Amino acid sequence: MADALVVAELGEDGKPKKATLSALSFAKAALPALGGSLAILVLGDKTADAAAELARYGASKVVTCEDPAFKNYTAEQFAPTVAAVAKGYGLVVATATSQGKDLMPRVAARLDAAFAGDCSGVSVEGGAIVYKRPMFAGNAFGSCTLSTPIQVATARQSEFSAAEPAGGSSPVESVAKAPVGEAAARVQFVGLDSVKSERPELTDAKVVVSGGRALKERFKEVLEPLADALGAAIGASRAAVDAGYAPGDYQVGQTGKIVAPALYLAIGISGAIQHIAGMKGSKVIVAINKDAEAPIFQIADYGLVADLFQAVPALVAELNKRRA
Amino acid sequence: MKVLVALKRVADPDNANKIKIPPAGDTIDTAGLEWKMNPFDEYALEAALRLTENGKAPKSRIGEVVVVTLAPKEAETTLRAALATGADRAIRIDASDDKLDGRLVALALKSVVDAEKPDLVLMGKQAVDGDSNQVGQRLAELLDWPMATFAATLREESEKSLLVGREVDGGVLTLRLGLPAVVTVDLRIVAPKSVYSRHTEAGFVYGDGVRFAPLPAIMAAKKKPLDVKALADVAGGAALTTQYRKFERPPQRKAGIKVKDVAELVDKLADEAKAL
Repeated sequence: MADALVVAELGEDGKPKKATLSALSFAKAALPALGGSLAILVLGDKTADAAAELARYGASKVVTCEDPAFKNYTAEQFAPTVAAVAKGYGLVVATATSQGKDLMPRVAARLDAAFAGDCSGVSVEGGAIVYKRPMFAGNAFGSCTLSTPIQVATARQSEFSAAEPAGGSSPVESVAKAPVGEAAARVQFVGLDSVKSERPELTDAKVVVSGGRALKERFKEVLEPLADALGAAIGASRAAVDAGYAPGDYQVGQTGKIVAPALYLAIGISGAIQHIAGMKGSKVIVAINKDAEAPIFQIADYGLVADLFQAVPALVAELNKRRA
Repeated sequence: MKVLVALKRVADPDNANKIKIPPAGDTIDTAGLEWKMNPFDEYALEAALRLTENGKAPKSRIGEVVVVTLAPKEAETTLRAALATGADRAIRIDASDDKLDGRLVALALKSVVDAEKPDLVLMGKQAVDGDSNQVGQRLAELLDWPMATFAATLREESEKSLLVGREVDGGVLTLRLGLPAVVTVDLRIVAPKSVYSRHTEAGFVYGDGVRFAPLPAIMAAKKKPLDVKALADVAGGAALTTQYRKFERPPQRKAGIKVKDVAELVDKLADEAKAL
């Protein structure tokens, strides 16, 4: 029998990021293979608020480690403590955010553990955890098992719904920070140039409005009123980002962000394979493009063949009219 | 600066929708697909070349670039292509993909690093076949070196220090790494102003994307050194710990309907899809 350990991720406000709740759902689905219970690990310079919040999710315990060196995440500081706590667990999992993707393979190497990254599914077959992962730029799924005593994984946020609070309150225990290696002495956090936005996070938004290269320099001018009308996050195709019309962290696609909102509007996006790999999990897809042959129409639920510079303002007006 | 670039040949990702999965679903059939260098590794190679040359006159190389792969003999074509664009030496560790996982690749690369002692290891953030995204991080841990994943910019500050801009969820995060270090690169590392070595002339702007090898360089690359090593010699006989059991196609979406105007679109979204 073994337990599962979920590594939480904290936001700048010290609260757990919603992404953490997807890793919790992943761990719960894998638990029958382990036969044990689930614990949550919180690392931060302040952990009390996050621990109190995460104690509501039915874990056997919440383990905290508080240290000033955890204020700004670096894998070199985090990995030794995560690995030290993880010893004795059967599964260690985080959500595949940029932090999770950075940290967990490093933790796995420290534990000499096998790793399955960015899993879109998890199941239990014959007593083993089976990890289902997108491969070949989303053109295939591979299902694998791992054969090390500790298994390490990350969960794709868009494929695992956020765990619900389970009532009760898990006991909280704190541990000391593990000693760090030479690597930690040679890495310095210089700064985060963050894009402050009132909009929802792209990977977490219920509605996403994405624009392609066709928007040109009018990317913001055209898309922002539509995003405002829908309360949507804004995304972009790789072509729009490469052309400099939208910032890099807007990119939706296999090599950018993977999104699966309830409603996805692709505006002036032709629908390259690698873009589709990043959004085809969306519930409803709308495409607006003046090229009736654009591949995006092959996967869109509703297609409108029109000049986006006229259609988008008209759509905004229509939405606002009906809201009024 | 001495840079080791780890690269992989992959089935052409632009042809990925032509990959075949046999009915048994126990393998991915890559027969008939073209092989090419993993695009992210190609970008890593370009970044390595930019770090080891004078950006004003790219022909004057300063430093050394060694490329390494774990692959069967056919992949030597990929290594020769890397040598043609400017890498100095190549190493092939004889292995086939079905005998490898991220843990084994990292173990093998560690022993190459121990022998070669580079100042920097560069590779793509992931290979576009396995999409595993773990080798760079694992290698950094095995070496106890600092790392930066998803690098979009690199700036050599001094002989011992590298400033790296990483593309993360909320924006761009900057790390200063003391060398030696491991860096995995993202798409935008090959933008015109992404990489500056200490020798790059101020204000020098590269062409967008990766460089292509001129014909004389392709000929000359045939004479550059290419060493072959056995996997057992570099990975110490470590066993595979990832077992793929099943492959399947993602569910295909069907095309929906075309609407005639925005009014109909909003009607459908509100009444039929209940998405508003």
